[in-house]
Amino acid sequence: MMAREQRLTEVFVELADTLVEEFDVVDFLQVLTERCVELIDTDAAGLMLDDQRGNLQVVAYTDESARLLELFELQKAEGPCLDCFATGQVITNVDLADSRARWPVFTEAALGLGFTYSHALPLRLRGQVLGSLNLFSLERKALTDDHVAVAQGMADIATIGLLHERALRDQVVLAEQLQTALHSRIVIEQAKGVLSARAGITVSEAFSRMRAHARRTGEQLTSVAEAVVAARLHPGHLQPPPDAR
Amino acid sequence: MAAKRAAEILRAAWGDSSDVDGLPGRLAAACVRSLPVTGVGMALMTEEGPAGIVAATDGAAIELEQLQFTLGEGPCVDASETGRPVLQPDLARTAPLRWPAFAHGALEAGIRAVFAFPLRVGAIRIGVLDLYRDRAGTLSPDELSQALSFADAATLVLLHAQAGSPATESFHELDERAEVHQATGVIAVQAEVGLAEALVLLRARAFAESRPVGDVAQEVLSGAVDFGNADDSG
Repeated sequence: MMAREQRLTEVFVELADTLVEEFDVVDFLQVLTERCVELIDTDAAGLMLDDQRGNLQVVAYTDESARLLELFELQKAEGPCLDCFATGQVITNVDLADSRARWPVFTEAALGLGFTYSHALPLRLRGQVLGSLNLFSLERKALTDDHVAVAQGMADIATIGLLHERALRDQVVLAEQLQTALHSRIVIEQAKGVLSARAGITVSEAFSRMRAHARRTGEQLTSVAEAVVAARLHPGHLQPPPDAR
Repeated sequence: MAAKRAAEILRAAWGDSSDVDGLPGRLAAACVRSLPVTGVGMALMTEEGPAGIVAATDGAAIELEQLQFTLGEGPCVDASETGRPVLQPDLARTAPLRWPAFAHGALEAGIRAVFAFPLRVGAIRIGVLDLYRDRAGTLSPDELSQALSFADAATLVLLHAQAGSPATESFHELDERAEVHQATGVIAVQAEVGLAEALVLLRARAFAESRPVGDVAQEVLSGAVDFGNADDSG
């Protein structure tokens, strides 16, 4: 119990520390989804943002299965994460054994990936919803109220990260920031492809190496990705992370 | 999916004309009709700065592009450099401090608000779409959304125009899935080309085979398709 509280404190400090420095918004959202999985007793997390063109885009994910499930929801226009975004309501503890009537297509897909519970929390800003934080559990265990509160707190921190301090007052800056996050994600995906082809590694290994390099050098993840794409950074510069499993 | 509205915009701009070169101009004209703006300009941008005006709907729009071309400063230059939209609803208030020379010329030309959108796909920077208005005021969320869709459509038109590939392929929606962008990176290395050309190669292959871009991307990532020895891909 104490261990979890201590970890919660560490994560809070980590995220808050990031926000007061220059930070890379996609990297920040990526760390946030990973910490959600760890702190909230779930197995996969993903985060979707409003692209301001009437759609959602997956911007961070801990796991290929989370990304696929979110994409699937977007394609089929059905699922709890979409409803969460549309209504701004928290939709947690969706028991997939019992959700066929409400979301038939989503339920099948989620069960097919081995999930038993699904949770969606809105990224709220006053009357607006900017996206949703989505969590999926393999083990048949519902979230406690405490877990749900932490999850919503994490979604709120994601919103704050997106806003940047100035944006709290400025709708224009918010629009700019959302577009930047979406394009940064694309640069990172392009760089994953470039690095994987140059180094003969998988795209997820390429991602780990870029992040490790960003951590080691204090550069932003998007800058590292841009350097990879521009061939200013070569596979030789980007070693596997020391804690690679 | 994501770019459905952009595809509709393109289809409408294409109309029943087969005039490929006029496509940017028709797109700009449609943008003026759809949004509460006075004029629209579209410029190619490179790392070095503005590289040519592709379309402009009126004299002030040409002036807007030329000013930035000559001065090397302004909202469109910033949009291209930083890769984020630069929304200036009240030029008279904000521009003189940020871009003194540009502000003078723009206000002189009767421009009161500028909304500049970078035309880009991740690290691929193609150009800028500039909307201007002869009175101050912000775009509503709906109008902003519409403008972003026009920017998506313009991105496709200029991407293909630069690569000299048939503009009809532009109707292939811009697929925003991660695999497409990852495969673009892989193809750039395999075929030893830039990312822009790699994306065009990927889309051309999908178009030639009448398949979704995402499916071909998947095969590139799995290694089933290799653009390294793609001399036979036509």
